[in-house]
Amino acid sequence: MADYEFPEELIYTKEDEWVRREGDDVVIGVTDFAQNQLGDIVFVELPEVGTATEAGVPFGTIESVKAVSDLFAPISGEVLSINEALEDNPELVNEACYGEGWLFSLRPSDPSELDRLLDAKAYRASVAERES
Amino acid sequence: MTEERRTALHACHLRLGARMVSFAGWDMPVQYSSIKEEHRAVRERAGLFDVSHMGQIQLSGRRAIEACEALVTCPVATLGVNRARYGLMLNDEGGCVDDVMLTRIAEDALFLCVNASNVALAREWIESKVGDGVKVEDRSRATSLIAFQGPAAAAVLARLTSADTPLPKRFRVARCEIGGARVLASGTGYTGSPGFEIYTANADAPRLFEAILEEGANEGVLPAGLGARDTLRLEAALPLYGHELDATTSPFEAGLDRFVKPLDSGFIGSAALAERAHESDPRRLVGFEMTGRGIARADYEIMHEGDVVGRVTSGAPSPTLGKSIGLGYVPRSKSEIGQALTILIRGKGVAAEIVETPFG
Repeated sequence: MADYEFPEELIYTKEDEWVRREGDDVVIGVTDFAQNQLGDIVFVELPEVGTATEAGVPFGTIESVKAVSDLFAPISGEVLSINEALEDNPELVNEACYGEGWLFSLRPSDPSELDRLLDAKAYRASVAERES
Repeated sequence: MTEERRTALHACHLRLGARMVSFAGWDMPVQYSSIKEEHRAVRERAGLFDVSHMGQIQLSGRRAIEACEALVTCPVATLGVNRARYGLMLNDEGGCVDDVMLTRIAEDALFLCVNASNVALAREWIESKVGDGVKVEDRSRATSLIAFQGPAAAAVLARLTSADTPLPKRFRVARCEIGGARVLASGTGYTGSPGFEIYTANADAPRLFEAILEEGANEGVLPAGLGARDTLRLEAALPLYGHELDATTSPFEAGLDRFVKPLDSGFIGSAALAERAHESDPRRLVGFEMTGRGIARADYEIMHEGDVVGRVTSGAPSPTLGKSIGLGYVPRSKSEIGQALTILIRGKGVAAEIVETPFG
């Protein structure tokens, strides 16, 4: 398996997104595995601030040169902010998927949903399974 | 499930770390590093492609030229030996069976390079139409095809080519010795950048592929996959069968008028084209740029003032231009340069404008 980075302090979804807690809120992005699979990212479509998300329901899209992929909301909540830098520099998702390439922040409506997500070890295992 | 076919360069691709994809029944490299990097390499230096999946159908014999004249839209009798020319094979309705590059290799022999997705169909079509005095041979399996494209390609390739066998000029072919292998080099390509397509025996292909990469390493030559091949040809507004061309599209609709000889010369489909000339507002293939935020993709609908007027056939972000471009069919009445259109992207209308092609 290629050498992907999955920071220990984050939690993950099977749709290859990461979630970072910041107080009561969370920040969300796509993982190193996701950005590698997608290839050059050329366009990101994010929901508007104030939109309500529902766990497991697509809310936006991320496009590579060749393909359009859905972005899935890991948990339910309200969109607080979106990463506007991605409008002119979508390649930040490839270059710094856990840092400057973050997608949006959310106020969770049901924090218990976070308990269903995977830790770094479980996520790494799910990637390994899909790659084999 | 049928197993994917592999070209003679398959092991090379894996060694180079290519991401492979299934295309027309073949396991082919879509990218090695990044589509944008490979695309830029071709525009600025040179890129090396394996296009061995394409087909080569050879026609020979006393009636070969005459039979081919009826088969394609471009003139054949006037194609000199060792010259290449682009044309289309039409069906009886004037639609496209395939677009082809013809290469005349002798007084009574030529071959057609056909699309990978169409090899069997093209061969059957040709066999059914040529009549006596023509031998039709499918040489696809015996031949590998390597495309070396970009402004640096000629210089790099020349260093590997024997001085006795100079490389051919544009739209000509020559038997050359490159990297110790006997090849047929063709001054043709599908990227919009200058370059060569090299026909070689399967056994020689891997060594030749690696020799070119090694020789070009200092100039920043990169291996390039089908992903970059598509973005490059799109920038050059070159049609792709299955997108801009299919069994219903006429060469006139696709803007390929200059590859069609006079209709009274009686080639297959010419009568239908004459009929279709009477259509009141036929569709035309246009190039457009996104002026609003979004990327147009194949099969998205094209709107004008709330009505669906056409369909996108190809679309992608252009690495060279830094904007999203596309090709699509609209009615001739809406095909002027500068015409504002709307592309329906996942339910939302995004502004676009018809521009001159090739793009840029």
